[in-house]
Amino acid sequence: MQVDYQALRFDYRRCADQSAAVPARHPVIVVGAGPVGLATAIDLAQQGQRVLLLDDDEALSHGSRAICFAKRTLEVFDRLGCGERMVEKGVTWNLGRVFHREEPVYGFNLLPEGGHQRPAFVNLQQYYLEGFLLDRAQALPEIEIRWRSRVTAVAQADDGVTLTVETPEGEYRLLADYLVAADGSRSPIRRALGLESRGRTFRDRFLIADVRMEADFPAERWFWFDPPFHRNQSVLLHQQPDGVWRIDFQLGWDADPVAERQPDKVIPRVRALLGPDVPFELEWVSIYTFSCLRMERFRHGRVLFAGDSAHGVSPFGARGANSGVQDAENLAWKLALVLRGAAPDSLLDSYDAERVAAADENILNSTRSTDFITPKNEASRAFRDATLALARDCAFARRLVNSGRLSLPSTYAASPLNTPDAEAFAGAMVPGAPALDAPVRAAGGADWLLRYLGNAFTLLHFSDDAASPPAPGDLPLPVRAVLVVPPGAAAGGPHEGVPGTVTVLEDADGLARQRYDARPGTTYLLRPDQHVCARWRRFDPAAVRAALERATGKRA
Amino acid sequence: MLNTEPNIAAPDDFYEALLAIHQDLLPAQSRLVDAKLILLLSNHIGDPEVLRQAMAKAREGIVPAGQDAILAARA
Ligand SMILES: Cc1cc2nc3c(=O)[nH]c(=O)nc-3n(C[C@H](O)[C@H](O)[C@H](O)COP(=O)(O)OP(=O)(O)OC[C@H]3O[C@@H](n4cnc5c(N)ncnc54)[C@H](O)[C@@H]3O)c2cc1C
Repeated sequence: MQVDYQALRFDYRRCADQSAAVPARHPVIVVGAGPVGLATAIDLAQQGQRVLLLDDDEALSHGSRAICFAKRTLEVFDRLGCGERMVEKGVTWNLGRVFHREEPVYGFNLLPEGGHQRPAFVNLQQYYLEGFLLDRAQALPEIEIRWRSRVTAVAQADDGVTLTVETPEGEYRLLADYLVAADGSRSPIRRALGLESRGRTFRDRFLIADVRMEADFPAERWFWFDPPFHRNQSVLLHQQPDGVWRIDFQLGWDADPVAERQPDKVIPRVRALLGPDVPFELEWVSIYTFSCLRMERFRHGRVLFAGDSAHGVSPFGARGANSGVQDAENLAWKLALVLRGAAPDSLLDSYDAERVAAADENILNSTRSTDFITPKNEASRAFRDATLALARDCAFARRLVNSGRLSLPSTYAASPLNTPDAEAFAGAMVPGAPALDAPVRAAGGADWLLRYLGNAFTLLHFSDDAASPPAPGDLPLPVRAVLVVPPGAAAGGPHEGVPGTVTVLEDADGLARQRYDARPGTTYLLRPDQHVCARWRRFDPAAVRAALERATGKRA
Repeated sequence: MLNTEPNIAAPDDFYEALLAIHQDLLPAQSRLVDAKLILLLSNHIGDPEVLRQAMAKAREGIVPAGQDAILAARA
């Protein structure tokens, strides 16, 4: 059955907290049921943590906003139990093409190698993404969602946060041990605490039109600089599900944002791109100005800012929702451990350190792309035009063309949670990096490595045989153990361990060994968010214990 | 290390050739030619340290008299 996620309305329901004599206390309240708040709530619930999610609205994302969701985000959603639906519904793509005037300049493949379950990107309307997250959240008994519940005031003390919540039936108060502010770019909570997000606005305006049509463009990202149908400006085209296409027209700073939104202005622009004979319908039109900005810190005592409330980027590179989801997965396991008393409160400082650094990386990339697309002075424009002109026959210039450097997850290389390497390793899986996928053979047949990592700390151990699995012994936290052996080496076949034992996977194509630069004995410790925090050439229980303590903030 | 000692065998020939590529061009056309030239030479040099020193040398002593179109964002 097709659900019209845009038409869904969620009822306000009165709850017992509204009649309580003293404000009810919740371990964690998440404000904002956008992609980031929903992901945070689901991740916390999967850790067994009870969560209250408040949203001021009664509907999912209005109109179309984010459409491009990156491989890493899909992997996070796989772990959260709703990635498959997104990939099924979404339009999968790996290729981008850049045109200058009439001519193709170059193409790029964002996932040039095989052996990964997820593609570089899927395109999916934000309301589907939120709808699928919501369906998942509603299946988890730990999550309570209250719609039409607007947080209007926030006060923080040493032992908790007090919130004032406005509903159709008036206000009430709540207490929280921790508050996650996933309340979007205008973040009323940020304002209520007297905090700011600062950065730069680009002097440009973009018309974003979602158009319903039958078209035979391929499922690729197409970007034009100065095309004949939209002179002196850029245009970006993306395919979405349901026969909808996203077209971004650059308009320049002097464009009139009200007039440009009118169909009599928009339709001729679309027609110029498609030609006179292609029938289409406007699905949604909006005019945007973009900024890159962030809060100085994402943690303020017991209030943690995540997603657009904490940082903002221009959409070139699709780094908004994608990075917000990475905030969510970074925060959730830490918060769950702290609330359970299994880690000190200072572990939450590492959320701030890791995600501020990630935001800077995203802002840097997004700013560079936007500076290329929207030159800020005469010289920027001259170098942009020179780069595009040279790109036709000079390979080096193609590498300089910047129509958006698309979202990649950050590696927390400088994180205090990492145990530095004591032995030599090659490749990408440095401490702080998100784990790479690889095809494996599991008990149920062909499978993917990432499906066996995360949610808890995981020991990933490589061996030539299944005879001597690592025995983590007595550790302060439950740790999953996964043993990867060569094809055919799992005596009795690959199997999934019952808790406390070891899952044995066969390295179907030898890619796990390659990607993890593994030899027999190589052991990785992965965090619940699948980031590497330590690795060794042999399994040593004492080293594992020390690394686990470091990764949970119990030792520096 | 950026070499600022004489390194071009026939300096007058080089200078003449540099002017020749701008002959009969409007300022905007010249700007494009220069920009292409800078990109080509930069890629040829490749060494980021040399490029950084050359950029710093080129910018030395110039006091900005203009203003980029940058707006502060606060939210
Ligand atoms: C045109 C456009 C294209 C984009 N394309 C992409 C893309 O392709 N890929 C990508 O990754 N990102 C993209 N983005 C960015 C993406 O949409 C945002 O980064 C993302 O929505 C942020 O999610 P969030 O959960 O932090 O905030 P939001 O989605 O803004 O959610 C905030 C939620 O908080 C609620 N709320 C606000 N105040 C209160 C309050 N006081 N009390 C209770 N609830 C409250 C709101 O109702 C809302 O539900 C795009 C953005 C735009 C505008």
